[in-house]
Amino acid sequence: MQNTIYQKLLSRRVIFSLIFLLLLAAPLFMSDFRLNLLGKFLAFAILAIGLDLLWGYTGVLSLGHGIFFGIGAYCMAMYLKLEATGGTLPDFMAWSGMSELPLIWLPFQYPIIAILLGILIPAVVALFIGYLTFRNRISGVYFTILSQALVLVVVTLFVGSQNLTGGTSGLTNFKTLFGFQVNSASTQTAFYLITVVVLGLVFFACRKLIKGRFGKILVGIRDGENRMRFLGYNPSAYKTFIYTLSGGIAGLAGMLFVLQVGIISPTMIGIIPSIEMVLWVALGGRGTLIGPIIGAVLVNAAKTGFSESYPDIWTYFLGLLFVLVVVFLPKGITGLFEKWSDRRKKQDVSSSVEVEKSYS
Amino acid sequence: MRKRNFFYLLILGLLAIFMVACSAADNAVNATDPEEAEETETTEESESNEETNGDTIKVGVLHSLSGTMAISETSVQQAELLAIEEINENGGVLGKQLEPVVEDGASDWPTFAEKANKLLQQDEVATIFGGWTSASRKAMLPVVEEHNGLLFYPVQYEGMEDSPNIFYTGAAPNQQIVPAVDWLLENRGDSFFLLGSDYVFPRTANAAIRAQLDNEGAELVGEEYTPLGHTDYNTVIAKIRNENPDVIFNTLNGDSNVAFFKQLQDAGITSDDITVLSVSVAEEEIKGIGADVIEGHLTSWNYYQTTDTPENEEFVANYQAKYGEDEVTADPIEAGYFGVYLWAKAVEEAGTTDVDEVREAAKGISFDAPNGTVTIDGDNQHVYKTVRIGEVQSGGMISELWHSEEPVKPDPYLDEYDWASDLSESLAE
Repeated sequence: MQNTIYQKLLSRRVIFSLIFLLLLAAPLFMSDFRLNLLGKFLAFAILAIGLDLLWGYTGVLSLGHGIFFGIGAYCMAMYLKLEATGGTLPDFMAWSGMSELPLIWLPFQYPIIAILLGILIPAVVALFIGYLTFRNRISGVYFTILSQALVLVVVTLFVGSQNLTGGTSGLTNFKTLFGFQVNSASTQTAFYLITVVVLGLVFFACRKLIKGRFGKILVGIRDGENRMRFLGYNPSAYKTFIYTLSGGIAGLAGMLFVLQVGIISPTMIGIIPSIEMVLWVALGGRGTLIGPIIGAVLVNAAKTGFSESYPDIWTYFLGLLFVLVVVFLPKGITGLFEKWSDRRKKQDVSSSVEVEKSYS
Repeated sequence: MRKRNFFYLLILGLLAIFMVACSAADNAVNATDPEEAEETETTEESESNEETNGDTIKVGVLHSLSGTMAISETSVQQAELLAIEEINENGGVLGKQLEPVVEDGASDWPTFAEKANKLLQQDEVATIFGGWTSASRKAMLPVVEEHNGLLFYPVQYEGMEDSPNIFYTGAAPNQQIVPAVDWLLENRGDSFFLLGSDYVFPRTANAAIRAQLDNEGAELVGEEYTPLGHTDYNTVIAKIRNENPDVIFNTLNGDSNVAFFKQLQDAGITSDDITVLSVSVAEEEIKGIGADVIEGHLTSWNYYQTTDTPENEEFVANYQAKYGEDEVTADPIEAGYFGVYLWAKAVEEAGTTDVDEVREAAKGISFDAPNGTVTIDGDNQHVYKTVRIGEVQSGGMISELWHSEEPVKPDPYLDEYDWASDLSESLAE
């Protein structure tokens, strides 16, 4: 009897709620600066969840999520920039010889539209790319290479069209959002709380999605795409849907990132950040929803921590961390704990048959 | 199943410890490294954060130590640390030793913003010395303004900015570009070709040069921009050959210079045919390009390693003694160096490190820097500097051809020039 109460207390739902509450309570005992950093990490975690849906569950590795993150971030930044300049032309446009606001900037004068577009544009771009590639049965490493190449294309486009995007400097120096000072401590705390809530919503929505039949189909596609096709499912439709969803989530994360960091530039959406995003998922553990969150927070916390303590040689520490995880924890941090519990189960004479998971 | 739950509980616990540790570490502002943090944490838990702590004054040093900009920024960081060390040997500032807090901007602009935030909010540094690219300065600007911090920015730039929280110790356009164009018009001819990397500085600089050439009745035969890191200049050189200008005004940045000068030489165009004047090529970059390739071409700066002042002799000797005989000094390195001294003098004058009082005290402060006497202009927080046009020698040094009579008053918005009135109006916010 006591055992069941104990179990109930420790049920995942309770623990997740506790983590969530702890994150919500963080502003009470963390300094503004650390809170802001944690908020940034959590924005990355949102993106990592979306990426994991695609990679961990559906088996499609994308090295191009920087694009969607970037588009979302730029959408938000464009609105903030227009708000900061107060109706006049942003400074970089004047340098580039523009005399009036270009057409594609016009919708971003309105915050609601900017926020909606920040999710919709990345989703539509993902839908377009996904439809063309998955329908033509481009998958596996070919899709990965394609996604990587797309990053290069988009970054070159953003750097090259300086009059529209601010070039390599990106967009920065924002002032207000809905009349609130974006840089003030209280607004930043609000942004942090919004990020936590969004993370919670995304997490539970994705959990709902993968717990049911739909999730089983995704895993089926990952482990045996042709079998699923012969069973009458259309894998490319499922993949396109997940890719689109993942793109939208990345855009959402990008918007939250810009609000808290106050700058977006092409360096944040390029090849290296795009690969880093995959590393967060790999390090935390693919195919679990909590893994990417742990990975994103841990890797970025390590990055900040190492670079603060050892500014000259921190890159080596970070590299070492990646090597150690890849060599000793191929399934990431959650994989380590799964292994432990599996071993215990086997000792307890487990009744269930273990099925080896394979990832493409 | 239960074991997995145990795992999540463990995560929860770790998270709680992490967050508490973070907030505790923030309280212990005295600590510089983790071990020390723990010690102070236990002994003086709730000590309030003062602007200066104990016997030291913290100053931030924020440059890219990794990534593409590391090659340039590391030497500026070295010069700043040298200045801090010298000041400490001479008794420090206000009787306190300076304690540099070094951070890595990692050639990534959001990281510059994050680290500036960290230095101001957590370490509560009295000032930050840092930045190189305009993008990094623009990323740090909202941060230092929000927290009323100070930033000493050591590199020549495009002007059109005067934040009350930034001191600009590099050249404003009228201390480098405008006099260079004047000198070229007088000495090398009046048909110009503008070549630059595609970002803020070259775009803005060239907008000013266009207006100036127009005003002088000179001819602009071409204007080309290439992406940062571009290395194929054959098309551009073909255009140059067609137009045959007297002067190429070069605002390329970074590695592109290596490719451009090599290909220019390969095309058989020497400094006798067409003069290239560069504003982003100093002694450090010449090492990379190769002195024989760029020999005879011109540069415009406020300082060269060969600048003949007693202060410079001492500076070069100290710098090379500390970092190696092969190291060269250059304009941004020198600007980083004297920026530290200017700040230290302003703090002595103010008697405190309080930002508002230091800013007030800094007005009109002078220092005998290696390039000559520099003085802070109270109106725009730039410095009066001597302009120097130089020619690259075969050994990689730059010998001076001309210098301004006296230090030139900084004019970031080019207000003094009638031809620039439209320009500054459209560019200033």
